[in-house]
Amino acid sequence: MDTSTFQERKTIRGGMHKNLRHDSAHKHVAGSADYIDDMPEPAGTLHAALGLTDRAHAEIVSMDLSAVEAYPGVVCVLTARDMPHSNDISPSHLDDEPVLADGRVEFHGQAAFAVIAETRDAARRAARLASIVYNDLPHAIDVTQAREAGGKLVTKPLTLSRGDAAHEMQNAPRRVKGEMRIGGQEHFYLESHIAFAIPGEDDDITVWSSTQHPSEVQHMVAHVLGVPSNAVTVQVRRMGGGFGGKETQGNQFAAIAAVAAKKLNRPVKFRPDRDEDMACTGKRHDFLVEYEVGFDDEGRIHAVDATFAARCGYSSDLSGPVTDRALFHADGAYFYPHVRLTSEPLKTNTVSNTAYRGFGGPQGIVGAERMIEEIAYALGKDTLEIRKLNFYGEKGSGRDLTPYHQQVEDNIIGKLVADLEESADYQERRADILAFNAQSRIIRKGIALTPVKFGISFTMTAFNQAGALVHVYQDGSIHLNHGGTEMGQGLYTKIAQVLADSFQVDIDRVKITATTTGKVPNTSATAASSGTDLNGMAAADAARQIKERLVAFAAERWQTTPDRISFAPNHVIIGEERVPFADLVKQAYFARIQLSAAGFYKTPKIHWDRNTGRGTPFYYFAYGAAVSEVSIDTLTGEYMVERVDVLHDVGRSLNPAIDIGQIEGGFVQGMGWLTTEELWWDDKGRLRTHAPSTYKIPLASDRPKIFNVKLAEWSENGEETIGRSKAVGEPPFNLPISVLEAISMAVASVGGYRRCPRLDAPATPECVLMAVERMRVAL
Amino acid sequence: MTSTTEIVHPSSGSIRFLLNDREIALSTVAPTATLLDFLRLERRLTGTKEGCAEGDCGACTVLVGRLVAGKLVYEGVNACIRFVGSLNATHVVTVEHLAARDGTLHPVQQAMVDYHGSQCGFCTPGFVMSLYGLWLSKDNPGRADIEKALQGNLCRCTGYEPIVRAAEAVATARPDAVFDPILKMRDRVRAFLSGLPTGETIVLGPSDARLVVPGSARALAEALAEYPGATVVAGSTDVGLWVTKQMRAINPVIFINGLADLQSITEAPDGITIGAGVTYSLAFSTLARRLPPLGKLLDRLGGDQVRNMGTIGGNIANGSPIGDTPPPLIALDATVTLRSVSGTRTLPLQDYFIAYGRQDRYPGEFVESLFVPALPADEHFAVYKISKRRDEDISALCAAFRIALSEQGLVTSARIAFGGMAGTPKRATAVEDALIGKPWTEETVTAARPAFDLDYQPLSDWRATSAYRAVTAKNLLLRFYLETSGSPAELVRFEAAE
Repeated sequence: MDTSTFQERKTIRGGMHKNLRHDSAHKHVAGSADYIDDMPEPAGTLHAALGLTDRAHAEIVSMDLSAVEAYPGVVCVLTARDMPHSNDISPSHLDDEPVLADGRVEFHGQAAFAVIAETRDAARRAARLASIVYNDLPHAIDVTQAREAGGKLVTKPLTLSRGDAAHEMQNAPRRVKGEMRIGGQEHFYLESHIAFAIPGEDDDITVWSSTQHPSEVQHMVAHVLGVPSNAVTVQVRRMGGGFGGKETQGNQFAAIAAVAAKKLNRPVKFRPDRDEDMACTGKRHDFLVEYEVGFDDEGRIHAVDATFAARCGYSSDLSGPVTDRALFHADGAYFYPHVRLTSEPLKTNTVSNTAYRGFGGPQGIVGAERMIEEIAYALGKDTLEIRKLNFYGEKGSGRDLTPYHQQVEDNIIGKLVADLEESADYQERRADILAFNAQSRIIRKGIALTPVKFGISFTMTAFNQAGALVHVYQDGSIHLNHGGTEMGQGLYTKIAQVLADSFQVDIDRVKITATTTGKVPNTSATAASSGTDLNGMAAADAARQIKERLVAFAAERWQTTPDRISFAPNHVIIGEERVPFADLVKQAYFARIQLSAAGFYKTPKIHWDRNTGRGTPFYYFAYGAAVSEVSIDTLTGEYMVERVDVLHDVGRSLNPAIDIGQIEGGFVQGMGWLTTEELWWDDKGRLRTHAPSTYKIPLASDRPKIFNVKLAEWSENGEETIGRSKAVGEPPFNLPISVLEAISMAVASVGGYRRCPRLDAPATPECVLMAVERMRVAL
Repeated sequence: MTSTTEIVHPSSGSIRFLLNDREIALSTVAPTATLLDFLRLERRLTGTKEGCAEGDCGACTVLVGRLVAGKLVYEGVNACIRFVGSLNATHVVTVEHLAARDGTLHPVQQAMVDYHGSQCGFCTPGFVMSLYGLWLSKDNPGRADIEKALQGNLCRCTGYEPIVRAAEAVATARPDAVFDPILKMRDRVRAFLSGLPTGETIVLGPSDARLVVPGSARALAEALAEYPGATVVAGSTDVGLWVTKQMRAINPVIFINGLADLQSITEAPDGITIGAGVTYSLAFSTLARRLPPLGKLLDRLGGDQVRNMGTIGGNIANGSPIGDTPPPLIALDATVTLRSVSGTRTLPLQDYFIAYGRQDRYPGEFVESLFVPALPADEHFAVYKISKRRDEDISALCAAFRIALSEQGLVTSARIAFGGMAGTPKRATAVEDALIGKPWTEETVTAARPAFDLDYQPLSDWRATSAYRAVTAKNLLLRFYLETSGSPAELVRFEAAE
């Protein structure tokens, strides 16, 4: 007989800092985890499809939709004029993002109308029957074309400067000037966008939306319908991946579904096809980085001057904060004594680019690492040597100020890199590789160690707030709700751990419930890696309030003092007595104690003044480093990632299993961005890589052959975050920059390591072969 | 079943298959109805997900069991591009069928939980099914087997590492007594499948939405004579996209995937005859043994789901300029046999491809078989596929080299063909001429480089630029030379021993 249930456990199941499976793992594997498209459809449910345009830039002269309307099963067709209150869903409130194109098309694939039909199939078929007459206008597809056309910006650029970069550049013993193209990236969440709108009485509407930002969907739906926010409820239990692609991009689908649902008084589901999702939702911004770096013969940086020009697409969306964050990370982990960084958020006739894991930060870091490479190859030194020379110093060292004048107080990059250099045998393996390359004609190898320092907080200070709603029921079971959304990152699991830990109850007592604007209002997007930091603290705050009430009640009932009351595993110790948690809760109920609380949290210390380019936008930094080893084929440009070693800082991990999953997954996703994932537009501005057949994200057989991932277990967040943990969503995405640089070293071997290969990203086999060919010419 | 008039009977028979533990008989089936929509919309089996609707992501992976030469074989397929009309005499197994009635997870599922193999969970049912297919078919698979089994499944969250760990764990730790739905009902499935009529032609639907499942090659010829404009569907890995993406009307449709007459592989000393309906998976062992470079190529063609559905016959019939098998088959001097009601004709495969989008196939004709002559033991043969991503990608270019050398080391014959370099798979005759009669040396190979520009003026597209294709094609000849001269230089992920 299993007696374990009768034994008193010393600890609870599922507290903080424990390896715990994802709360839905057993449902994922059984196919019983419901995504929005899996929900039963109420009788009368209609389906929507987008009518897409096929011009990059044009006036719509006329639009004949009669064939669309006549298609069997079509119930109605919506155009911009059918938006009851507003046709705009610009998240930046610049009024530059129509729900449906109104008289003017600004990118190939922009929707001009929406079809509502009895079946999804009918809606999709009908959507192809429109006859639209255009008057073509000149279009600019990329950064170069946009500049040639006058360089129109979608939003105000930013300049960060400290010291006198121009003067120090002139005085520097050596200088290198160059440029780098860094490609964009399709999110490729496995679940494409979806919205399901169910009309209610009066103005009411409920929208199930695959969104990272339910509050924004709520506001946009209310805005388009012309109803107050309190009429709109937005819900999401889980997404099949988000990665930033569902921060603002779900607004269009939700708005159209809601408008149709209210107009027709029937439920409307809107699930675009994968190709449409890829063609008409935004992606990671691609950048052209133009840099000049001044340095000395040792390799120490004196001055940096760089411009980060981004293809933003036709509207502002989040391009302002994305290009800002590129500048915030253009220092990598390095101290620039004199620096000037400028962003150039260019308007192009392409889909409006948006948030994507790292939010511009990775592009900034890639630029910084390119400059390190330039210095190393110019001096004939190992890139790691140059990196170490330029790391930020300890607090107070005089080398601790960022280009935005924030002091780096928590710097651990030196120790972290030293640990990894040793554990990964970096020096010995590098020597082996140099020897191998000296005798290998076709296959060449490369190795690189790159660091990560990533700033944590929304740079828009107001977003750094969160709420949670916690109920304790009479049976001692707990209902958890918070403003964060679950997209696979394990946020729900971690917050449940926080609550289990706070109450000292087993995690199975905590019910995790779908995110809804009706329970926690005015939430921020689950983005910027902030989900656990913000919502964990809010949940802990709610638990604290309930616990304080329980303690006050117990002190009175048991005639003791609060300091003699404590929460033990599944019990509350009151004086000498050990009361089961559920018993205390039941008694508290009968004593009319409120067993529900709304928790709240706002990140302390942070402030940022964009006009002066000064402030402390980040609460803390997360650090990491990776060593990657690759082989390349100099006849074809093909490559293989042989081995990767990662040491990453998540502070005191709330759930090491989940954190390691984020690191491994972030690495491979970042590797895809820098290697095989190529977005390709033709000269008409049509995206031709709009499906997995043409857009290649990594497969199992692309992941590193040997993949060692470790947490820096000695690290603890110096700030008072939840459990002294650190954010983990975005920082590891930057680790595979080491793959790009390892490929670069292998290419450089062809030219005797005397010239920086200037390998652009993504380093497709073609890009690698062309770099090899350049190296051959250099010989 | 002898005259065409029988085939035009309005409707006869039904599509019969097992879905998990239920028998299904459908007497009305839209020719373009997909298995995925059938599962999700009609049966409310929503565990199977739609990720891409084009057979590339694997989120919709289900197993389809069928009798192959009397043996019950289960294979992973993409439900999104598998048509319901192609399911006659099969057993469809979805993720809902894996766990025991009491909810106890199958060991494959439990391993995915234990090793944190899911994050967002949307791709997970597909991975579970692919891993389950591997679990059924292979004892103790190694990393190479696992990666191959997962070539057709995309995950964007985990980076695959925990999924591979789960696969390894479940491979080595098989409990003795385990609940397994397929093992449990194997006898029942076999009885059901072998109890179905064989050789019967099924005709469903009104004349404007006709669906024909011919019971013999002869019935197929007759059906094509009756409907010369019909779409012949074997694996549907290409035609599936015509429906899900282009929304093309492809009626009437003739499904030949179950046609036993087209599924034989015959080995003879002078070569191999492959029926047009043989899938890549079924052809693999024979081809890999007789022509190892072709086996290597098939390892990188699609994922398991595509290889389990797609056929070499289809790869030829559709005439794609970037099909992977035509270049090596042309280099091997393969011939193709076409059949119609008026008989058969055989022609060299290289003559079959006339121009972009045009093949030497008349209305009413279908590809019946392919003959691949044996490669003389003293000839060198290699196939190189170049793509942006190593696996499950369409070639930027695909090269096949074959040469014979004299005892003096002179090139006595050369057959070189490329895909992705022209509007059709095409011979490199100028390069061949530049090699024949010359000593097989690096100097000769270098001297032959300009000849490529006479043979090919490749295009630029999203897979590669013209410049890359041109340079790489030339470099691949050097790779071939190095390989034949005993110093191979190619990246290898797993040593052959694994």
